[in-house]
Amino acid sequence: MRIGVFVCHCGSNIAGTVDVVSVAEASKMFPDVVYATDEVYTCSEPGQKAIQDAVREHRLDGVVVASCSPRMHENTFRRAIEKAGLNRYMLEMANIREHVSWIGKDKEKNTFKSTELVHMAVEKLRRNQPLVPKTFEIDKTVLVVGGGVAGIQAALDCADGGLDVILVERESSIGGKMAKLDKTFPTVDCSTCILGPKMVDVAQHPNITLMTSSEVDEVNGYVGNFEVTIRRKATYVNNDLCTGCGLCSAKCPSKKALDKFNEGVGQTTAINIPFPQAIPKKAAIDPEYCIKFTKGKCGVCAKVCPTGAVNYEQQDELKTVKVGAVIAATGYSLFDHTRLEQYGGGRYPDVVTSLQYERMLSASGPTGGHIKRPSNGEEPKNIVFIQCVGSRDKSIDRPYCSGFCCMYTAKQAILTKDHLPDSQSYVFYMDIRAPGKLYDEFTRRAMEEYGARYVRGRVSMVYPKDGKLMVRGADTLAGTQMEVDADLVVLAVGAEAETGAPQLAEKLRISYDKYGFFLEGHPKLRPVETNTAGVFLAGSCQGPKDIPSSVGQGSAAAAKVLALFAKDMLESDPAVAEVNQRRCVGCLKCVRTCPFGAIKEIEARDGSTKAEVIDTVCQGCGICSVTCPHGAIQLKHFTDNQILAEVDALCLSWMDENYA
Amino acid sequence: MEILTMNKGCDASFIEAVKQESGQDPAQCYQCGNCTAGCPYTFAYDIPVNQIMRLLQAGQKERILKSKSLWLCATCESCTTRCPQGIDVALIMDVLRHMARREGHASVKNVKTFYDGFLESVKRHGRVFEVGVAANYNLKTGRFWTGADLAPKALSMGKLEFRPHEIKGREEITRIFRRHLQREEAGK
Repeated sequence: MRIGVFVCHCGSNIAGTVDVVSVAEASKMFPDVVYATDEVYTCSEPGQKAIQDAVREHRLDGVVVASCSPRMHENTFRRAIEKAGLNRYMLEMANIREHVSWIGKDKEKNTFKSTELVHMAVEKLRRNQPLVPKTFEIDKTVLVVGGGVAGIQAALDCADGGLDVILVERESSIGGKMAKLDKTFPTVDCSTCILGPKMVDVAQHPNITLMTSSEVDEVNGYVGNFEVTIRRKATYVNNDLCTGCGLCSAKCPSKKALDKFNEGVGQTTAINIPFPQAIPKKAAIDPEYCIKFTKGKCGVCAKVCPTGAVNYEQQDELKTVKVGAVIAATGYSLFDHTRLEQYGGGRYPDVVTSLQYERMLSASGPTGGHIKRPSNGEEPKNIVFIQCVGSRDKSIDRPYCSGFCCMYTAKQAILTKDHLPDSQSYVFYMDIRAPGKLYDEFTRRAMEEYGARYVRGRVSMVYPKDGKLMVRGADTLAGTQMEVDADLVVLAVGAEAETGAPQLAEKLRISYDKYGFFLEGHPKLRPVETNTAGVFLAGSCQGPKDIPSSVGQGSAAAAKVLALFAKDMLESDPAVAEVNQRRCVGCLKCVRTCPFGAIKEIEARDGSTKAEVIDTVCQGCGICSVTCPHGAIQLKHFTDNQILAEVDALCLSWMDENYA
Repeated sequence: MEILTMNKGCDASFIEAVKQESGQDPAQCYQCGNCTAGCPYTFAYDIPVNQIMRLLQAGQKERILKSKSLWLCATCESCTTRCPQGIDVALIMDVLRHMARREGHASVKNVKTFYDGFLESVKRHGRVFEVGVAANYNLKTGRFWTGADLAPKALSMGKLEFRPHEIKGREEITRIFRRHLQREEAGK
């Protein structure tokens, strides 16, 4: 074999703390190395051309590039050697940047370690085999999980692009958090008025299958060929028959059910349609409050329903669908405001969350759009907004900024003045974060035009006094304490990961951060991809986001799916496991250990039991190869012999140093 | 108003000393103001506690150590409890007060006089002798009637003794004081 070694300076990134010239020089000593050199930027066009020229000139049949992490440029170099006529798997990379130059300052030691890494790569490359990817067919249907604005946008864009879309939503209507908002910043246009048309589009689009009251139960398969089991939770109403007339809800005797859509402001009936613009407009029963379920008698809704849609016997239904890609758009949840007891949330009725306040502002909300003190129904005069409730607070494990609270608080202060011209708003803030188009202007308008009084400081406590709420905080700009007697206190609660997000991530085999937000493939360059092929992200499930960003990400995820499905066949990574049938004793330990169900049992011609890998399902994780007692199942490109050769290269040089 | 000079006027060794002695990192403070918002003594302070933290970040040793606030802090720890960054603000105030004392500052003399009298009493009797502490304080500060209005009620409840009640391990307590003094000396 004839191997060429290329050691990269990466400007001063590597060359600053590694003597790259002597690494290249030392590499010439390794077996089969016939050419070694250093390049200032190997990934640049001249750098790649140097590799290609060397391949031709020195008749190389394998290349080692000592540079950055293979996550950065493995594909660049694979393509480069492919163009020079080599198989793309005849490339090895030695990571001497992230693993050496960026983490160590001692040039001598760094140079030594880099040389060892190159040695290992050479030894592995000597045992590499040319591999050829297989192609497989894909199912051009996309599953969108979550029917908030991000999911709606992704579903519509995919459907408009000609794909079949299955949109799964946990609640009985799509719309998500945006449907609960009264107005949106910074334009103060009606939230439902701009979201409503999109929701209707979803319902009417011929390519979209909408599954509400449903959750993802199980996910199997791989990019292009996922098999997803969806659980449709019993709503005790047959959606095919229900016309959304609302007669059931009007006659329901259980009128004290928790109004989830209205965030617990006011109450609703046990059978209800969450809001007038609901899509689909179908009733659902909350069995926790339904008298038929709690006491066993009633059945009024079934009696009055003109179409006979109510069915108390309904059970959860499981449905399995085949899709080629998944977009997770599960959104976010709000911080539990009762956790910060000093603000009195949950203890004093006149302390409400920002989303509860939003429902109060909404004309279709429980108060008909009138701002009222929950304690006595009177109009409040002094309204105090407290920002950063559950944001930027390390002591409660929420150190991040939720990003949108500054803006929605400014919006609510403006709307408050519109609703109650005699009122006075006070906003306690730490910093105003308004980095968006027309955002800062908007917060200034709240202060200048609408007279909201902004106080820079936090609130230490809220306590009742003479029927009012005393809010004691600091005005750090004045350098003193500040007290306001409030009629209503609105807590600008921050965003946190949706409940159940980590569990869904595990089903989708994607990563999530310590707060439960899904991890993107790269924080800057792969913002909607995940590290699992075929699974994409949209909206706040990846991190708190406002509406424009969520919509943007929904469209971006759709573009990614459309690009993926632009091909009719996908190529599978050939670095997968393979069973040596002569060695396999048919113990099938590998079948049981494979997390992807990629190994199947077969009967050999002599009737004995053997294992066989399904190439397209195998993800190349290697668990099977360490489980096999006979070394019969090997991961191609990472065989036992290759790994042992690398270990030998490392240990032998160390032994030469110490025992020679 | 005095102008802050952030480079020349910043005493980095002072910041380091506070860090060492308190085990807290003043750089963590992001000036939310929660400490001041909850502080029950802000009405009497010359510099509110969040500004003490800010001046500490700016290494303004003189201004901090001359501040009255250090001596008026009651160590109620509201600030510590409220701090979203988990800084033990009350401990920092404590450390600063010790530093002020070592540097010979006592911006609220009466408070220092009280502390000294209190400790002297403990040193002598092994526990505090209330009447003695009060008399000593009132004499030294010239505030003869301070606390006098409480005397009748305390007397009737048997809470005031006119003779010091000495505890068993008096010598051991005295030794604690001596050991502390020796350490102080050695530290210098």
